[in-house]
Amino acid sequence: MEKKITLSVKNLKKVIGRREIIKNLTFDLREGEVFGFLGPNGAGKTTTIRMLVGLIKPTSGSIQICGNNIEDHFQEAMTSLGCIVENPELYPYLSGYNNLLHFARMLDDVGDERIREVTELVGLTERIHDKVKTYSLGMRQRLGIAQALLGKPKVLILDEPTNGLDPAGIREMRQFIRFLAEEEGLSVLVSSHLLSEIQLLCDRVAIISKGVIIRVDTVQQLLENRERVVWHIDPFEKGKQVLSSLTSIEEKDDRTILTDFDEKKTPEWNKRLVEAGVSVIEINRKMPVLEDLFLELTGGDTIE
Amino acid sequence: MNKLIQNEMMKLIAKKRLIVIAIIIGILVMLFTYAQYKQVQTQREKLGTSDWRTILQQQIVDTTNRLSSSRISDEWKKQLQISLQQQQYYLDHDINPAEPGAPTFMRIFLESSIDLFIPLMVMVIASDLVSSEHSLGSIKLLLTRPVKRWKVLLSKYITLCLAVSLVIAIAGILSYAISGVVFGYKGWGAPILTGFNVTDTGLNTSEVKLLSLWKFLLMDFGLVWFVSIVVGTLSFMLSVLIRSTAAGMGVMLAALISGAILSNMVSSWESAKYFFMVNLRLTDYMKGTAPPIEGMNLSFSMMVLFVWWAAALLVSFIVFTKKDVY
Ligand SMILES: Nc1ncnc2c1ncn2[C@@H]1O[C@H](COP(=O)(O)OP(=O)(O)O)[C@@H](O)[C@H]1O
Ligand SMILES: [Mg+2]
Repeated sequence: MEKKITLSVKNLKKVIGRREIIKNLTFDLREGEVFGFLGPNGAGKTTTIRMLVGLIKPTSGSIQICGNNIEDHFQEAMTSLGCIVENPELYPYLSGYNNLLHFARMLDDVGDERIREVTELVGLTERIHDKVKTYSLGMRQRLGIAQALLGKPKVLILDEPTNGLDPAGIREMRQFIRFLAEEEGLSVLVSSHLLSEIQLLCDRVAIISKGVIIRVDTVQQLLENRERVVWHIDPFEKGKQVLSSLTSIEEKDDRTILTDFDEKKTPEWNKRLVEAGVSVIEINRKMPVLEDLFLELTGGDTIE
Repeated sequence: MNKLIQNEMMKLIAKKRLIVIAIIIGILVMLFTYAQYKQVQTQREKLGTSDWRTILQQQIVDTTNRLSSSRISDEWKKQLQISLQQQQYYLDHDINPAEPGAPTFMRIFLESSIDLFIPLMVMVIASDLVSSEHSLGSIKLLLTRPVKRWKVLLSKYITLCLAVSLVIAIAGILSYAISGVVFGYKGWGAPILTGFNVTDTGLNTSEVKLLSLWKFLLMDFGLVWFVSIVVGTLSFMLSVLIRSTAAGMGVMLAALISGAILSNMVSSWESAKYFFMVNLRLTDYMKGTAPPIEGMNLSFSMMVLFVWWAAALLVSFIVFTKKDVY
């Protein structure tokens, strides 16, 4: 059964000055999924998110959050939304608790009980009465999420949520986002310029470049057949000959060879090389990188 | 709405602005008190008496002497003539124009701080109410909550009005409490004259009324409050229009100071009277000194200020509710 659509974007456009920053975006978010918004810096991720949360007005197109158009029914739409745009910028001169209190007062029926709940959920209970300016970036990020969750939103929008976090923090954040989607049934939109991050976190991805969505698909499908293997062999010429007779190859400048990855065939190729008297110094399975994916999808268009 | 105002108040208090302002006012009042005290003392030494009639008489002689000098400008001459007539009027009616005591000090303090000092303090509060949200980035959270933008701005504006009232109350309380230590706390009932009309032909005293000082002070406070609200609203608008608090403050500061300078030199540039900054000295009309430009009077100045206030408020709300936030 198809899950309910919580956020629906249709033909979204934004012109700033004379530049068309966002050109005709259309996508949907469903209940309980983590949706990735993947694109290089300057692709227009933040600009799109600013439109989704009502900070800037679209030049044309429509945005609906849980069925409420954000222009006509701003209040209803925002009630079902929590967001962090770029950095979690709360008031540094207030305590974490007072920050939450501040934003709880802007919602209906959110009291002390709920503040305590979200504080516990993000694990800030011990430091909640300290001033925010004494918090680490990770703690601010968590407080930002606590704020976003105050009103029990259906849709959570996070712009580059792992930016600046250390590896442990990134992992924690990832698990937390998955938890929110799977256990609490939220739709989460996460933007990032890192494929590796999106890959581990998201169910579906939209790839955006220069304000255009190039493709929307599930992560598995996007990455299918795109893993490569780097061969470091000696003697080089002979090895090249052997490999090229087996599969299509690509020669790199640093005297290595690139081939497709195939779970069954790669060990077989290795065996053949060894049999031919070529010493295999290194076989390196390479995860696809955004650049490659991009080059392919945009047909050689360079990333800005 | 109440909750939103509570929020704004919480932030204002956490920023400790009001405390800083109270300290600044306190220090300034102490300086003023000391200066006033010194002045009284030197006068007494010079004239050998503390009788106000003698002092006033001496002042009249001084003014007359200055008037007879040929090297003063026509404009200045007129001002002097007016104050001479006024002094004479006070003397003739046997009323002390500066009854010693904290209430008189309060009156003088208000009159001399209405066009620069108190507006400056108000500006300190108003000019970062909106722009600080931008520079912190918290505007992105504030405007993505289910509250309409005009309500967010209105809560900030109401908070500003409350804070302005508080600043004026602080100024009143501190100037009374501190100066009273030196001059005594009495003198609320002292008589004071108001209703002098400055006209082309000089000072018109036909409408002069005798008031108790406390009534006069009440009016003074009202006028100071009005001026502060207008200046606060203008700073508030700049805070909406200009993202940088420093730039907003700079613009407002330039306007206020230029007003103080312009007042002294625009008598022949008549259309300058529509600038808000030359209209700030409302308390001068109560006292009856010559306005910076002929034809200005209390209702004119209040009208000009009102128009500026309304325009600033309108611009603030339109821009804030419409503009894209990056
Ligand atoms: N206020 C603005 N005025 C003009 N151009 C802008 C503005 N904000 C962003 N842009 C442009 O829009 C494009 C997309 O920016 P952004 O949405 O921040 O990208 P991303 O978040 O994907 O890195 C960039 O080329 C940027 O230069
Ligand atoms: Mg961005």
